Amino acid sequence: MKTQYLGLEAINGPLVYLKTPKELSFDEEVEIILSNGEKRIGNVITLNEDIAVIQVYEGTSGINTKDVKTELKGKPLQIKLSKEMLGRFFDGAGRPVDGLGELHDYIERDINGNPINPIARKYPRNYIETGISAIDGLMTLIRGQKLPIFSSSGINHNDLAEKIIRQANIKDDKNFAIVFGLMGAEYETAEFFRKSFEESGILSKVVTFQNLSNDPSIERILMPKVALTCAEYLAFDLDMQVLVILTDMTAYAESLREVSTLKGEIPSRKGYPGYLYSDLASIYERAGMIKGKKGSITQIPILTMPNDDISHPIPDMTGYITEGQIVLSRELYQKGINPPINILDSLSRLMKDGIGKEYTREDHRKLSDQLFSSYSKTQEVRALAKVLGEADLSELDRKYLKFGEEFENKFINQKQWESRTIEQTLDLAWEILKILPKEEWDKINE
Amino acid sequence: MDTKKIISINGSVVKARGEAGFAMHDMVEVGNYKLLGEVIKLEKDIATIQVYEETRSLKIGEEVVTTGAPLLLELGPGILGNIFDGIERPLNYLREKSGDFIQRGENVNSIDYTKKWHFKPVIKNGQKVYSNMILGEVVETPSIINKIMVPYGVEGEIIQIIQEGDYNVNTSIAKIKSLDGTVTEVSMIQKWPVRKQRPYGERLQVNQLLQTGQRVIDSIFPISKGGMAMIPGGFGTGKTMLQHQLARWSDADIIVYIGCGERGNEMTDVLEEFPKLIDPRTGRPLMERTVLIANTSNMPVAAREASIYTGITIAEYYRDMGYNVAIMADSTSRWAEALREISGRLEEMPAEEGYPSYLSSRLSEFYGRAGRVKNLNGTEGSVTIIGAVSPQGSDFSEPVTQNTKRFVHVFWALNRELAYSRHYPAVNWNISYSEYVNNLQDWYEENVSPDFIEVRQEVVNLLEQENELLEIAKVVGQDVLSDNKKLILETSKAIRVGFLQQSAMSDIDTSVPLEKQFAMMKSILIIYNYSEKLIEKSIPISVIKELGFFDEYKKLKYNIKNTEIYKFKEFDNKVKETLLKLEETYKNHI
Repeated sequence: MKTQYLGLEAINGPLVYLKTPKELSFDEEVEIILSNGEKRIGNVITLNEDIAVIQVYEGTSGINTKDVKTELKGKPLQIKLSKEMLGRFFDGAGRPVDGLGELHDYIERDINGNPINPIARKYPRNYIETGISAIDGLMTLIRGQKLPIFSSSGINHNDLAEKIIRQANIKDDKNFAIVFGLMGAEYETAEFFRKSFEESGILSKVVTFQNLSNDPSIERILMPKVALTCAEYLAFDLDMQVLVILTDMTAYAESLREVSTLKGEIPSRKGYPGYLYSDLASIYERAGMIKGKKGSITQIPILTMPNDDISHPIPDMTGYITEGQIVLSRELYQKGINPPINILDSLSRLMKDGIGKEYTREDHRKLSDQLFSSYSKTQEVRALAKVLGEADLSELDRKYLKFGEEFENKFINQKQWESRTIEQTLDLAWEILKILPKEEWDKINE
Repeated sequence: MDTKKIISINGSVVKARGEAGFAMHDMVEVGNYKLLGEVIKLEKDIATIQVYEETRSLKIGEEVVTTGAPLLLELGPGILGNIFDGIERPLNYLREKSGDFIQRGENVNSIDYTKKWHFKPVIKNGQKVYSNMILGEVVETPSIINKIMVPYGVEGEIIQIIQEGDYNVNTSIAKIKSLDGTVTEVSMIQKWPVRKQRPYGERLQVNQLLQTGQRVIDSIFPISKGGMAMIPGGFGTGKTMLQHQLARWSDADIIVYIGCGERGNEMTDVLEEFPKLIDPRTGRPLMERTVLIANTSNMPVAAREASIYTGITIAEYYRDMGYNVAIMADSTSRWAEALREISGRLEEMPAEEGYPSYLSSRLSEFYGRAGRVKNLNGTEGSVTIIGAVSPQGSDFSEPVTQNTKRFVHVFWALNRELAYSRHYPAVNWNISYSEYVNNLQDWYEENVSPDFIEVRQEVVNLLEQENELLEIAKVVGQDVLSDNKKLILETSKAIRVGFLQQSAMSDIDTSVPLEKQFAMMKSILIIYNYSEKLIEKSIPISVIKELGFFDEYKKLKYNIKNTEIYKFKEFDNKVKETLLKLEETYKNHI
């Protein structure tokens, strides 16, 4: 039996203050035992001579300062990992919530992980097909990449996430798994995903971690780390190709801010703590591939941009850490284009090395450059049309308008259940590009 | 005992109390894991320490031991071609020791002490020597000779110098007796405090071009050897890509590339690619002249703060040997944010946007270390600093961009709209500038052509006029413009597509010699000037356009190889003849 400490000095939101026991270490896991026997987990976030600050992941309601006991675990937070996790549902701390009981055959691992030595990394070079033309054709997702989706409230990014989870596949490796982390979602959203996994028959490939909007918000701080520890286990111990989808990272960052404020830290931009960048990086950088290992971790974090503002600290810092971004557009969404991907704002940085003859198709690179360039030109023409009126446009400019129209309605737009192979996507792109005269194909002619 | 005991732990900041006399910037070992840290504040008997490694699992009461010296870098043969973390620990060695993930508390030498180097003395017994004087040479890589120097502050007479032969870096290679009779043993390795600038003799004018092979830089917004430049740009504008291009193709002798708080996969890209790329000047792999410093964004923040200083100190070490060194720091914003993060943990009063008030002075100290100098040993060398800046929200008015802009002389502003339309490098020619153009006038005249500056100015003028015309055209439409204005637009477009845009993916276009850059500028001006004459004679621009020269020009960069510059003359002659002929036919018609 481990030593237990009786009583607390203070409680403030999700934080409790304990008189520092001698053997307590920084970032150690502790268990708070309520008088009714209920146990909650927490960890040490500040350690002083006299007082230790502990964040309690299930929240502090019902805890009093008198007869509560604290037990030290002697090590940082760990989770149980097993192959059996595939097809199961867990809470933000990695405990089963689907009523199917505990894991049987498991190992335990520190959720913090260590940074991958840059020299041990393998440069990501092959792609994951999502069956979505806009993504596969123009911002190809590469194995080992971190490619976030920037959404806004009221845009159907859950549909896009669901579509990606359902359709994503790797042609030459069937050892493919998805780790899905749902933070701060409503019950209906969680149900929507669960049903979709079951109905489409992919459930056995997915590990789900969920923290619903009525669960303690503080648990969200834990979830990305837990989910990624699971992903690392699947990828680097079991050689699987793992796609991690984390939504909504804005909810995560808000929980982080909540704790930071309660701790009395000096706030930086918009009240977020000064270490937000390092903290987000410690999550996103856990994507990648390692030399000599078969598996890979690819991440698609999804976040909602507060007030549609891409320069808000959360999307801004995310964009600086990740290798590109997929931006959703309210304008396209209102036009009924689905998924409403804003092509010009989006980018996959690793695409250049993971497409072409060896991976997708030889014409892919030039074709995608051309689509970007022509669609960008279309925006100029549209601006001009607003001033002059369409009737006064030149023949060529009208072709651009037509191109833009078709590109949005036929290429970007896709039915929720429609999956296109990379060949179909590229063929479709050629068909639409032919609206423009060949002289305008500056990138292809290069 | 030189120890204090830990009294608080808050992220990367630890406080320790005790009688021991710690000094500011002392390097210390923290706790049972012996984590590396640095003293950053002293208050009575309490020292505040920033720890370069994860502080997880430290306990109150554990000991902090001072080494009695600041963080010292090891400088000697074996640095080139290597990749280090922010405090100069070799990452390949860390991987051998602790596997694919970086573990804590690994204290390793920066340089391999077991490797033997072939040392060749250039000095004899009895000779008088002084600080930084060259004692001998070591072929560090087939591209670079490391000049072994007398450590700074040592002066006297050589009483013993070792013979030519193979030695470890820590072997004593010389004994120097000073005036007061003390004898100092010197090895191939030097230790230098990371935050201290290495001294030099005097500053020289920065009037030599750093050739980068990038047209928009070399011809339009050039940087001198020993100069300083910044590359601000929001995410997705191609900062890192441009930094990589500069690291590849700059004609500096040595490149120090600092990946400060950036992406792990990007460092891997460099690591995989540089050994394969061949330096066009030496015919050797680029890696042989490159040092990489990688503190990716998930590595400890305190080491990120130090990485910039590690990089510049290594650069100064090679400068002292007489080399031209260029530093790419990607990104200085991450460094500034590391300052902010640590400052926040210290509970300092924040200034603008939460950055500490000393942000500006730290930036000026850093950029101030750039320059071309006469070294103490009489050689000439330079350190060029090219810092990427990642403005929050792509807003150039934020503190890091604004404060950096005050100190640097070259501003290569990357622009999101250009990047969207796949115009790379996305350097916005309307707001970028270089203050070195005048300094470099003589250099261009001597090395390229007497009329280089004039030709450059004409190109710049055309781009400026285009900018104004496009503003007008936005309102009235392009069709309303007169033919000579349309010609300006057509020419500028050709300049943008055919000259400013440069493809890093194309073997021909990725790096272009200055002769070709100059020929390209001249060619477009010939098209422009001859066409202008025709338009004066009322020949419509549509007729001129139909000849297809503008379109042909846009592809010249690919169609004329870097070794076939004479072909521009052929093209120019064809343009002249055709346009003159056109003039003739019109004359006959009228």
